[in-house]
Amino acid sequence: MAENKTVLKLNDLKLYFKTTGGIVQAVDKVNFELKTHQAVVIVGESGCGKSSMAKAVLRLLPRNVAEYSGEVFLNDTETMAMSDEEYRKKIRWVKMSLVPQAAMNSLNPVLRVGDQVSEPMMVHYNVSKEEALKQAIIMFQHVGVPIDFIHRYPFELSGGMRQRVALAMSLVTSPELVVLDEPTSALDVLTQANIFNLLKRFKAESATSFVLITHDIATSSELADRVAVMYAGQIVEVSDAHHFFKEPRHPYSAKLMASVPKLRGTSEPDFIIGQPPSLINPPTGCRFAARCPRKFARCSEEPPITIIGNDQVKCWLYA
Amino acid sequence: MKNITETTQNKVNKAEKKTKFYNDNVFLSIKNLHVWFELRKWGFRHAGYVRAVDGVTFDLRKDETIAIVGESGCGKTSLMRTILRLNRPTKGEVVFEGTVINDLKAKGIKDYRSQVGYVQQDPYGAMPPFMNVQTILEEPLKINGVKDPDERVQRVIKVLEEVKMSPATEFLPKFPHQLSGGQQQRIVIARAMIMNPKLLVADEPVSMLDASVRVEILKLLRGLQKDHNLGVIYITHDLSTVRYFSERIFVMYAAQMIEKGNVDQIIKNPKHPYTFALLEGTSDPDANNASIQKEVPPGEPPSLVNPPEGCRFHPRCPKIIKGLCDIQMPPEFEPEAGHFVSCWLYK
Repeated sequence: MAENKTVLKLNDLKLYFKTTGGIVQAVDKVNFELKTHQAVVIVGESGCGKSSMAKAVLRLLPRNVAEYSGEVFLNDTETMAMSDEEYRKKIRWVKMSLVPQAAMNSLNPVLRVGDQVSEPMMVHYNVSKEEALKQAIIMFQHVGVPIDFIHRYPFELSGGMRQRVALAMSLVTSPELVVLDEPTSALDVLTQANIFNLLKRFKAESATSFVLITHDIATSSELADRVAVMYAGQIVEVSDAHHFFKEPRHPYSAKLMASVPKLRGTSEPDFIIGQPPSLINPPTGCRFAARCPRKFARCSEEPPITIIGNDQVKCWLYA
Repeated sequence: MKNITETTQNKVNKAEKKTKFYNDNVFLSIKNLHVWFELRKWGFRHAGYVRAVDGVTFDLRKDETIAIVGESGCGKTSLMRTILRLNRPTKGEVVFEGTVINDLKAKGIKDYRSQVGYVQQDPYGAMPPFMNVQTILEEPLKINGVKDPDERVQRVIKVLEEVKMSPATEFLPKFPHQLSGGQQQRIVIARAMIMNPKLLVADEPVSMLDASVRVEILKLLRGLQKDHNLGVIYITHDLSTVRYFSERIFVMYAAQMIEKGNVDQIIKNPKHPYTFALLEGTSDPDANNASIQKEVPPGEPPSLVNPPEGCRFHPRCPKIIKGLCDIQMPPEFEPEAGHFVSCWLYK
């Protein structure tokens, strides 16, 4: 695979929410880029801002946004300047689509799944309903849903099938980038393996890039070319998967990797002492410092992002 | 065909002798347990049964942890609820220290439940949001007749220290929503432990928690089990955590136990094609995974209303023996000592 152009680039992306307790800095100055044909996995504990980042990238914002700023480049086009209407018409589901968290429950219960999968085609490409249904059938075959399911309602499908339908819906417009938010966390082991087989095949066959958001590090390795680790609203490390799963750089990544129980191999899993900080008043300096085993004096200052080859790490140890 | 049933009968007898050997240590035995739920049409007409648990037999020894592994809908939770005597078995027995608990009356059930702790899956949902930690933990003591308030507080503090919530007094007035997920789960474990039970049943105790906290809670459970000589039943769908925290693994598929054995036997040398697939489907963090397609059996687990004839895994099985697997239910074989598998491949 030749080195490819950049599909997605985030520059100082920020998303803050207003709450009664104060301003929550859910996504705080996130920078990273993704090339075509690649899949980046964003891992982190719950509440670290992973899903908020997906929302920020796709501009699916809730009402209590306090600040939404930075730059989102999609194929060198800056999308932040677009109006919401323009963004909806040109970007969302045309260039970028989303498989939402708990996708199996995000289908509309009163519409047949075939209609739901064909809807994006009708909305964005103005094709007739018959044409869109044909496209939906092709997608169903791709993701392994029997074609006669097209006339069924979501409640008639099992969890794995519903997940496949949600996937079909996100892929039907052949977007350049698909954001998968915890696509398999509610599924059984075998179903999960099936869905990942499917995603791998898709990645190999099409030019689609993937952003996979998950807390499950073991299964994330099923798709990852690159791994981004998020902690308390910030990205602390972005590394090549081959490097990351062998020797993660940031102390948090190392701890996180050590907490994964492994089926094969001998090492006992360990846990991380303490809890992530509140995002309302995050600590100054490195946000992981309080739990870090390798903390030293400088950690009370904000660490810079250090570039190592293609990778980046936000830690004083590497600065 | 007759020949087959005879030899299997012999093997079953042998297996029975083997379990007798352990008998001094066994304190919970499940014997041919069936839990069926009736389906009704129009609210009254009989329309078949959901066979949630269909012929499960096992023994639990003192001071061991067993893990029951299976996909959702395979009957793990029904089995557990029957052990807790929240369901009544349709057929078969649950024997706890020589008492059959099926037909216990109210007083007997109360006594039994004070000896069995239950750790729920979702800690937040398992605690009343309007009670503070102290009230939550005192409740079982009150119900079981500990009348002295000072003694109750002493025991609450002791159990909080045991689940490593210190300083304990600081947590007493807190409400569940003021605690983190890990702390909530500790309180649930403390509540299960406060009556000094002999058996602890944990239903997916870590599936709602973060990866970094999971190991902490599992280690805590492991520690409690060792300190108190508990029998622990750990129900889960996640094979990767099982290895470190249990002695034996029972694999369940479509309401039946298809494979039983100790951890190394199951993980290093799985016999049943389904167990094999489960292990294959569980990933370890490794960048090379991304370039490999996994082998996954096609299809989905069968409906428990009309399970397939013969072996319930046969429609998905890559190693099916035509004319046998699809006709006759496989009995339990013992290809190596202490490792039981219900599969015709090992007859």
